[in-house]
Amino acid sequence: MNRKDWLLFLGVGLFIGVFPLVVLQFKAVSHYVDVMIFAGIFSLVCLGLSMLMGFAGQISMAQAAFFGIGAYASGILTSRFGLNPWAAMPVGVALSASVAWLIGIPTLRLKGHYLAMATLGFGVIVHIILGEEVEWTGGPSGLVDIPGLSLFGRPVTNDVHWYYLVWGIVFLALVFCLHVIHSRVGRALRAIHEEETAAEAMGVPTARFKLQVFVLSAVFAAVAGSLYTHYVTCLNPGSFNLMWSIRFLLMVMVGGMRSLWGAIMGTVLLTFVGNEWLQVFADFEVLIYGAILLVVAMFFPGGLVSLVPRWPGPRKDPIPAASDGGS
Amino acid sequence: MDSHDFGKAILELEDITMQFGGITALQGVTYQVPPDVIQAVIGPNGAGKTTLFHCISGLLQPTSGCVRMNGHRINGLPPHRITALGIARTFQHVALFKSMTVLENVMLARHPRTHSGFLATGFRLPGMRSEEKQIRESAACFLDFVGLEDDAHLEAGTLPLGKQKILEIARALATEPRLVLLDEPAGGLNMRETEELGELIRRIREKGTTVMLVEHDMNLIMEISDRILVLHYGRHLATGTPVEIKDHPAVIEAYLGEG
Ligand SMILES: Nc1ncnc2c1ncn2[C@@H]1O[C@H](COP(=O)(O)OP(=O)(O)OP(=O)(O)O)[C@@H](O)[C@H]1O
Ligand SMILES: [Mg+2]
Repeated sequence: MNRKDWLLFLGVGLFIGVFPLVVLQFKAVSHYVDVMIFAGIFSLVCLGLSMLMGFAGQISMAQAAFFGIGAYASGILTSRFGLNPWAAMPVGVALSASVAWLIGIPTLRLKGHYLAMATLGFGVIVHIILGEEVEWTGGPSGLVDIPGLSLFGRPVTNDVHWYYLVWGIVFLALVFCLHVIHSRVGRALRAIHEEETAAEAMGVPTARFKLQVFVLSAVFAAVAGSLYTHYVTCLNPGSFNLMWSIRFLLMVMVGGMRSLWGAIMGTVLLTFVGNEWLQVFADFEVLIYGAILLVVAMFFPGGLVSLVPRWPGPRKDPIPAASDGGS
Repeated sequence: MDSHDFGKAILELEDITMQFGGITALQGVTYQVPPDVIQAVIGPNGAGKTTLFHCISGLLQPTSGCVRMNGHRINGLPPHRITALGIARTFQHVALFKSMTVLENVMLARHPRTHSGFLATGFRLPGMRSEEKQIRESAACFLDFVGLEDDAHLEAGTLPLGKQKILEIARALATEPRLVLLDEPAGGLNMRETEELGELIRRIREKGTTVMLVEHDMNLIMEISDRILVLHYGRHLATGTPVEIKDHPAVIEAYLGEG
């Protein structure tokens, strides 16, 4: 992590840290804590997607499906088989990772947008299965009686505790991703995005790296899905359809394709827009998202993160580390 | 076919044919490149020079024939494996990672000589930190070697074409090849830059790296190459030293016939 990352870390960390303390003072906005829990959960999905799309340049239309696999694996295993949520989560993660691996092997060997096509089909299939396999998933009427999470033997019931748990995990994931980006692996991913043939010719096993980052994105989505399940304690296939995959893509794009910080900012903004501020316009949601994307593309192509002011003071160390690309 | 005995070949091309649909870009090319030479490959536009480099570096699979490096067959291997085995290349049409810095471009090329993966880098395991430091230092050395150290922190896409061409070479060298393929490195260079390039290519060979060089700049070719392979319409037309090639009737005809 470089200087800019540390400063963002401080700023964003402080904001996230005091957010509940502030909004809980005002009754009208106290439910923002709940919205921010969803934003945190979605941020996990979008961090993975940012690595995949923003850095490696591969588009997935199935992040909601991986989110759903993690969610339903957790939901079914805990509600029907009495498994502990913390034991169910890795099962969902492993399932999601294996499926991503199977889809990625044939599609990522090729250059071009075959992954987008394959994941588009896959996302639709998962959504149908979730709706049709009534015996397992509860079908359209949903899966209920899912237990909440316990931490250190105590159930997490308070929203504020949930908030800090979710955002704690988001920050761990973010640090992991920042470290990857500022390293040999991150350079390989960016190189694949820019000049895939040259990357291969410089010794980067491009197919393997694309596959690995795709699996990573599926893992993040599944962890998020599992958290989501135990937070809302009931599931409905509607939360895992193509529209949600597109929302995740939009969150990353609006925040800034080439910045992990941007992915989080975009997610928080669009979660508030979707869950809160524009509820009355729900019928026009697609239209509004389209308009937001258009405005971002036209006026700040670097995404929201490009609006973060440049920090004054000496910026250049003699050999600066790789930038996160978000400036 | 070849009158010079340079010892065991580093690269053997055996009956390479490459067809694109109806076009035959290479037709039964057989040739051996000895180690520690500057081997030029010349020929009129469309002769198949770049296609030959693609076949050697694995970016294309020859329709038939065999490529061997130090006696081991390499065609059929993916390009990154071939690079790891010691063949690096530059691109005729510059293919840098434009939004990465000059230094990062070279650091990327340390890939086949380093190891850390997602887990090691994500969790910043101790081995990874020292490796990252070592990548940075050796990349800086390669920039020194080609004389781009002052531009290390510029975005590669902002360099003038001449420097981009040199950066391509630095990047190829950073993979530590035993054989490096340079595809028209002098294209777009002015006279002084071309002279410096000739000097650089000599220094590369002195380091013990065999150089294969595709070039249209005949002065440069005649001055620095040890041997020349002439391709014409995908076929092997002639082989020899610069002096032999200069007066070779078939070569003169091929070039005159073109213009
Ligand atoms: N991918 C391809 N598909 C179809 N034809 C191709 C392809 N690549 C090369 N060719 C054809 O093969 C022949 C050899 O091309 P190549 O690029 O190897 O020539 P070259 O000797 O490098 O020429 P130049 O000096 O102009 O770079 C040309 O006729 C070219 O049109
Ligand atoms: Mg060419």
